[in-house]
Amino acid sequence: MTRRDPIRMPSNDRPAPARAAHSQGRPMITKRRLLAAALAAATALSAAPAAFADALEDIKSAGIIRVAVPQDFPPFGSVGTDMKPQGYDVDMARLIATRLNVDLALVPVTSANRIPFLQTGKVDLVISSMGKNPERDAVIDFSDAYAPFYNGVFGPEDLAIADASDLSGRTVGVTRGSIEDLELTKIAPADATLKRYEDNNGTISAFLSGQVEAIATGNVVAAAIIAQDPPKKPAMKFLIKNSPCYVGLNENEPALQAAVNEIIAAAKADGALEEIAQQWLGMGLPEGL
Amino acid sequence: MTYEFDFAWLAGYWPVFARGVAMTIRLILVGGVLGIALGIFCAWGRALGPRWLRPLVALYVELIRNTPFLIQLFFIFFGLPAAGFRLNEVEAASLAMVINLGAYSAEIIRAGIEATPRGQFEAGASLALSPLQTFRHVVLIPALQKIWPALASQVVIVMLGSAVVSQIAVEDLTFAANFAQSRTFRAFEAYFLSTAIYLALAILLRFLLLRLGDLLFPHKRGAR
Repeated sequence: MTRRDPIRMPSNDRPAPARAAHSQGRPMITKRRLLAAALAAATALSAAPAAFADALEDIKSAGIIRVAVPQDFPPFGSVGTDMKPQGYDVDMARLIATRLNVDLALVPVTSANRIPFLQTGKVDLVISSMGKNPERDAVIDFSDAYAPFYNGVFGPEDLAIADASDLSGRTVGVTRGSIEDLELTKIAPADATLKRYEDNNGTISAFLSGQVEAIATGNVVAAAIIAQDPPKKPAMKFLIKNSPCYVGLNENEPALQAAVNEIIAAAKADGALEEIAQQWLGMGLPEGL
Repeated sequence: MTYEFDFAWLAGYWPVFARGVAMTIRLILVGGVLGIALGIFCAWGRALGPRWLRPLVALYVELIRNTPFLIQLFFIFFGLPAAGFRLNEVEAASLAMVINLGAYSAEIIRAGIEATPRGQFEAGASLALSPLQTFRHVVLIPALQKIWPALASQVVIVMLGSAVVSQIAVEDLTFAANFAQSRTFRAFEAYFLSTAIYLALAILLRFLLLRLGDLLFPHKRGAR
């Protein structure tokens, strides 16, 4: 496998044609508006055949896959001290590119523009810690889950808690107003004490200083604690709300979808995904991912 | 720009507010009484105490008066457990308030003591009072009398400052407001209500403290 430059960051300054057309559409000039509409329609038409072609074939013949990754959401995607993108999503993109035997072009996106980037054909895949919901499912397709993303109760390794009823008589820290707070308030037994802190830092500090026995938080927050290598490490006790991450791809791309799912399944089986999870989240993949 | 006030949610949250008010009152009772006691001791220590005590008191007073209350609170709650000294959040908040009020009231009371003419000490000695008796009757009572309104203000300030203890999950009045706000998203009403309660508490506390001053120092009544 000869890869000259495994990761290229393409510049993002290509104008989006559809958007440019819209901005020309001033209400007072009807002719121009018409022209803009025609232009937009033409763009849509020219884009449409690409979407219906086999994306997997295109990727293989181009020898490069373009993947949208986050750049401001550690540990999934951030810029390292060497100014190179790093994180769970970046490693996942590398894994897919390697196993498809093509080069990788990482495209930094935000959570707001990642789906438009996919729909307008700027990227082939979105690996951007994206959860599945009906609104998204209506416009794009998803692979199988590739990364765990959940809220749960975490405590020291030796603390015996298996479900909400085991919290009886215990003190649990949580960030006030968070999903964990709302859910745990419903399911915690009456004699469990919930200590509600203003922000994640308060919750983390309360756990590390032993002011609470366990905390309810996201696995990403737990990963951030583990990354600091504190004397007391949070281990997953039970799940509150699960919303794993999926690879997003355009609709009607069964070949690409199958190829991605195959790679994810193989990576789960051969431990490659477990390794990525250990590196970035500080803990292995939960059961059933 | 019309806003419809809606206090209907309060039906479910007034117990939270009631507990919050009770906690705030409890904190200022403990903090106020012990804080002023600590302040009297430190004022004595700094102005009249043994030579070795004076720099220690000065260090404590300057340390507390020149650092933020929130940091003192975090230090006690999050920091000290690392040294094996763990207090729960209410104990930590009470301790922080006592220490904080102690330092400020020490300086206020010291000002009162130093305003006492030297001749009064000699007058006390000439009446065969012991140094402690002289301090109590001749120095402290007149000193407290002089600075009582300032001390009352400081207690009110500490009570209002106790709003930050919700940061370490003490369920005080501010916690109640934040809690209700994060569940109902009626921010205007939640903070409107807590503002009104704090205002009432502050006015009531000041009134009670000034009345207490009148009772403690009856012969000065009307002289203020």
